[in-house]
Amino acid sequence: MLEKALIGTKRYYGLLAILAGVFALGFLFYLKQLHLGLGITGMSRDVSWGFYIAQFTYLVGVAASAVMVVLPYYLHNYKAFGRVTILGEFLAVAAVTMCVVFITVDLGRPDRIFNVLKYPTPGSVLFWDMIVLNGYLILNLLIGWNVLECERHSVPPPKWLKPFIYLSIPWAVSIHTVTAFLYAGLPGRGYWLTAIMAPRFLSSAFAAGPSLLILLCLLVRKYTKFDPGKEQIQSLAKIVTYAILINVFFFFCEVFTVFYSQIPDHMLHFQYLFFGLDGKHQLVPFMWFAIVGMTAAGLFLTNPKLRKDETTLAALCGLVIITTYIDKGLGLISGGFIPNPLEQVTEYWPTVPEALITLGVWAMGFLILTVLYKIAVSIKEEVKS
Amino acid sequence: MGMDRREFIRIAGLSTLLGLGGKGAFELLAPGRVEAEIVPEAAALKAKRWAMVVNQKKLDDATAQKCIEACNRVHNVPDFLHPPSDKLKLPAAVAHRYQIKWIWTAPFHNVFPGDEQPYLPEEVEHMSFLTLCNHCNNPPCVRVCPTKATFQREDGIVMMDMHRCIGCRFCMAGCPYGSRSFNWRDPRPYIKKLYPGYPTREIGVVEKCTFCAERLAQGLEPACVEAARGALIFGDLADEKSEVRESLRKYFTIRRKTQLGTNPQVYYIV
Amino acid sequence: MADYKNEFGFFAERPKVEKKIFDRNKVVAGIVIFLVMITIPLWKNLGKTVAAPAPSLDTPIIKQLAAKDKKCVMPTAWMRANHMQMLIDWRENVVRSKEQKVTTSRGREFVAPDGKKYLASLTNTCMECHSNKAEFCDKCHNYAAVAPNCWGCHQETGKKLAEAK
Repeated sequence: MLEKALIGTKRYYGLLAILAGVFALGFLFYLKQLHLGLGITGMSRDVSWGFYIAQFTYLVGVAASAVMVVLPYYLHNYKAFGRVTILGEFLAVAAVTMCVVFITVDLGRPDRIFNVLKYPTPGSVLFWDMIVLNGYLILNLLIGWNVLECERHSVPPPKWLKPFIYLSIPWAVSIHTVTAFLYAGLPGRGYWLTAIMAPRFLSSAFAAGPSLLILLCLLVRKYTKFDPGKEQIQSLAKIVTYAILINVFFFFCEVFTVFYSQIPDHMLHFQYLFFGLDGKHQLVPFMWFAIVGMTAAGLFLTNPKLRKDETTLAALCGLVIITTYIDKGLGLISGGFIPNPLEQVTEYWPTVPEALITLGVWAMGFLILTVLYKIAVSIKEEVKS
Repeated sequence: MGMDRREFIRIAGLSTLLGLGGKGAFELLAPGRVEAEIVPEAAALKAKRWAMVVNQKKLDDATAQKCIEACNRVHNVPDFLHPPSDKLKLPAAVAHRYQIKWIWTAPFHNVFPGDEQPYLPEEVEHMSFLTLCNHCNNPPCVRVCPTKATFQREDGIVMMDMHRCIGCRFCMAGCPYGSRSFNWRDPRPYIKKLYPGYPTREIGVVEKCTFCAERLAQGLEPACVEAARGALIFGDLADEKSEVRESLRKYFTIRRKTQLGTNPQVYYIV
Repeated sequence: MADYKNEFGFFAERPKVEKKIFDRNKVVAGIVIFLVMITIPLWKNLGKTVAAPAPSLDTPIIKQLAAKDKKCVMPTAWMRANHMQMLIDWRENVVRSKEQKVTTSRGREFVAPDGKKYLASLTNTCMECHSNKAEFCDKCHNYAAVAPNCWGCHQETGKKLAEAK
């Protein structure tokens, strides 16, 4: 099936070339980072995780959202989603690959990465994160590839694939939960020490992932002969609506717990993010935009007219993606580390090399996504004809 | 098949024995394996549970600075804020980001956040509290390390294995006291004077106070304790007659963020 | 589904298709270039002789040693073959302990088979005598094209020499 990725329109080759170029640029800067150290990023002794881990956290959510198309189709026989499960699974593959690469790029000693396998530490959440991420990647590749292959030859998927498909559903929830547990189990970080961290991750994932999937479906419909279908997109839109509203609700739950209990250690982080602390207020406009934007997107999405009109739907999905990205990206990491355990404020902002490396990894992810989608769409076009 | 069952079992059994025994023989006779080993030095200091008592009553600013300098000197801790040459000067914000601190001082409301009191005695308000790794009995940093590069020794010291650290910085996120530092860049140019008795670090690993494990192994006190001349008391908590236990009996002490359950082993006499 | 097949041809008869190489000249040219490049290490240095590495023991501390003390912590032939493993053993035992369950330092004193005791330290035992890294360690390492990064952290000058300076 790989041969489908090698032949395409000029626009397809052009897209691959641009993505490869951005990836190469990011790779060059990564070589610089290997040589000079992670100091070329904006991270510091106080904010020791930054943009890379933020991307990883966000993308883990996007990857998990594949379950939102797999579950209705395989568990509840929602036939309509049959057309888009492969798109969801391949999005998961691209997203998880990006996650793993972001983690690698963030390591101080990537040459020692196999120490995690050589000295397994089941007590560490990172160990489990490595297992579930790689397992999810393998699962989705296996399932997606086999289902697509069978679709090409018009046969039902083999029976042995079914248990793997059923496994991928809780596994998707687990990659997210384990990533949330990275944050939620740390006693010294009040912003993260909340039982609702994993549910918040899940709700923002199920808003952001299907939003991205909707946008990708619209692109696929526009530029290829394969139409994912209006009904499918509408179902995804309903999922996004509920998820984003639940996400906003979870946020208000957090705000209530923190500000009604008035515990300083927990309040300070919210104060920094939304009002500034010690005169430092870099993130304040972003956080307000994220929360207000998220709420507005959720409220607008409840209007069926705005959902049915695919232009407004696309705009609202874009808003959901941007606001969840800010909330889970910048907000989560900076908010957790600022103020530091000694209640001092050191702000964080990514540097240019850091941003370029990040872009390079995103380009790599979209490269993989483009190739996989090309294969999937070509097969579907071939089957139709 | 030219073999009957009995012969097959005989051959299989023999090969298994040879295989297992062969492995053992190989180990014994393998080149390079000789009777040589690592043992503790005769003078090494031993304890069941190391702990430190910081007597802030006896610790003034000058002594605290001496402790910090002693530690930084014998551990080749780089100084990004005051580099040895002007060529290496960094913008203040960048130097602040890179800084590596094993032991340093901070005011009361930073070292004990959450324990603020509105009407503290003047002297406590202006006191410089020495802050370092607490070598907790229930360390979150050890819990989260994916490679056991940071691990808790039997004598209580939370140790750092720079050879194994992959630089994921999970331990830095896990420490509730901000005691850990990361090598964001090559530290060697920023070390004032290289001390040959201890290695430097490379980029990409986390470091922190190790209660001078290498000095304890040679029968010496930690560098800060030596420089403090009595203001820092270091010893074995399990030994009832040790100076630390004496101090804990005599004075009321406080520890940092005890409500988190980390059970820190640095006690402060205020 | 008698004509069902996939790339591996596992489940069906593979149809007889005439094999043909497209662009045969380009392919052959590519293969030849590849073979030439991949075998560069074999033919590029034909005829050249590279001298065997000659590590030098000419250092201030070694010169001061009495004749009977002029030996390393282990016999020379053994060291040549095993110093890497020994250093790893030292590191594992000094920092943590070889056995995974025992997490403490074994100690810092190395007891050689002849009973002599040394401090188990690369910088302060090995590099003390062999203070000429470029003429000693690097000679063999460069020849064998290995680049151990011990000296990224462990210093090249031991205590005695540093204090003498």
